[in-house]
Amino acid sequence: MGCVSCAGLMKVFADERDVVTLRLREPDTVPIEAGSICPDLFVSRTLAEIKALPAFRGRRKVELGDLFEIQGDRSDSVIVEGDLRHVQNIGMRMSHGRVLVRGSVGLHLGAYMRGGEIIVEGNASDWAGAQMQGGVIRIMGNAGHRVGAAYPDEKRGANRGTIVVEGNAGREAGARARRVLIVVQGDVGDSAGANMIAGSIIVLGRLGKRAGVGNKRGTIVALGETPEILPTYRYECTMRPVFLRCYLRRLLDWGLPVPKAAVDGEFRRYSGDTTSLGKGEILIYAKS
Amino acid sequence: METRPRRVAREHVHINKVEIENTYAEAFETLAARLIVTAANERWAMIAARTATGFATSVIGCGCEAGIDGVLSPEQTPDGRPGVAVLFFTISDKDMENVLMNRVGQCIMTSPTSACYDGLRTDAKVKTGSKLRFFGDGFQSSKLIENRRLWRVPVMDGEFVIEESFSMQKAIGGGNFLILAESEPASLSAAEAAVDAMDAVPGIIMPFPGGVVRSGIKVGSKYKGQFASTNTAYCPTIRRQVGSALPEGVNCVMEIVIDGLDEASVKEATRVGVRAACKEGVLGISAVNYGGRRGRCHFHLHEIMGTGQAVV
Repeated sequence: MGCVSCAGLMKVFADERDVVTLRLREPDTVPIEAGSICPDLFVSRTLAEIKALPAFRGRRKVELGDLFEIQGDRSDSVIVEGDLRHVQNIGMRMSHGRVLVRGSVGLHLGAYMRGGEIIVEGNASDWAGAQMQGGVIRIMGNAGHRVGAAYPDEKRGANRGTIVVEGNAGREAGARARRVLIVVQGDVGDSAGANMIAGSIIVLGRLGKRAGVGNKRGTIVALGETPEILPTYRYECTMRPVFLRCYLRRLLDWGLPVPKAAVDGEFRRYSGDTTSLGKGEILIYAKS
Repeated sequence: METRPRRVAREHVHINKVEIENTYAEAFETLAARLIVTAANERWAMIAARTATGFATSVIGCGCEAGIDGVLSPEQTPDGRPGVAVLFFTISDKDMENVLMNRVGQCIMTSPTSACYDGLRTDAKVKTGSKLRFFGDGFQSSKLIENRRLWRVPVMDGEFVIEESFSMQKAIGGGNFLILAESEPASLSAAEAAVDAMDAVPGIIMPFPGGVVRSGIKVGSKYKGQFASTNTAYCPTIRRQVGSALPEGVNCVMEIVIDGLDEASVKEATRVGVRAACKEGVLGISAVNYGGRRGRCHFHLHEIMGTGQAVV
């Protein structure tokens, strides 16, 4: 995995000569589908070719150059600026490179991405990292609902990759996820890890209701406020999970405010969901 | 047939008035794996590491050569607990698979609070963890951390965590040097000093007891089926009965065998060890070779002692 602490990414963007910069010409309330804002598509294209890449404003097909002022070419480092709350699909299916979003961003950020890094300096709307298969997304504000989740027509959600939300996350984070690591620094909404197949969700704030409903093999870690546990989970034991030490040490390396005592701390382990396979777990930090 | 070490030329190099013979150690290519063993405290990490690397002095009789590479601080281990790095050397990847399955399964997994991680990063892998996980009887689970898969096997003290596979790399086995001393106390003292100094060199092990071997071998024997036997050329008690390689006055010989992750580390260990061994009572430093028939890696003592600190 790349540098999730931003240091590497910020260093790259410090020299903006090698960066493709897109600035939204004017704020828009019409949804803009900009799946072509993807380092894979920019890395071998000239400025004119980048400007000619397709996008949709509502149901009308337009070119990227119609919506954005664009500078730079032939780079896999991309900066997107402006009021992007209605701009969707940024970084969709990207496999490498870096995207820095200066501000808040719309739906489906980094959906289906396979590699590379995305940093959002503001909030991200719903479905961030949906179906992702690799790479890193760091959202410095809040994330909407279903971060790292599966789309309704998909059996499995995010498979590999890391999503870090420095604010709060909405409902159904990591729903039907597999192998992904989702870290939420703030609170997370209801039904986190719903029908999770595998993977891990680590919540530093408050875990919402019905966490892990239908969980098969996933791990949900609650480091903050003690959550309500579904009656379909069973208390197993109080333990010091060695694997979790590896995760928490990485989070500390990334600069996340994990309580250092938790690295060596005890956790109450609940296994479930017994209405499903029942091999998932919720680990609750047992503060002294 | 007796094997006498070949000396290249009659040059004289001395360290602390101890003659370094102009000869070479003949080593061979092996495969190495480096495992990081952690536990709740250093005591148990060391117990697990020592148990796993026990009875591993020679690939001939033990299937592998193994030893402790070093003690790791919590900051140096993946799980932030005290750890010990151990090295395993085998001839083939198949041997490595068997060795790690047996030793990790029987010695590390069984040791209280232990966990076991890959300490190298190469593409050649041996899948130990992915097989040992079946000990979990269906209750094992895995976690993927930055493309490293860890298996969690439920055991009676909690969970045994093991990395799915361990990396292997080409390495060197059988680097060596001989301490030719006038007496047993002198040779033992010199060998201990050498081992103590070499302990600080990373990436090497000295697989024999305490790092020292007193029963060096030559290839072949008068007995059919015995492919190795005592190194008669260096046995002082029969020096008049065989073609002895011992200078006059030498009454006791100790050998230090070195396995290393690469040539540079074996050379450095030899340099450090020889220098430390050149003490009072030591009459010469030599090395074991087989005329170039056994291994392709040759460590020439004069060349090695000419590097680093100046030869006195």
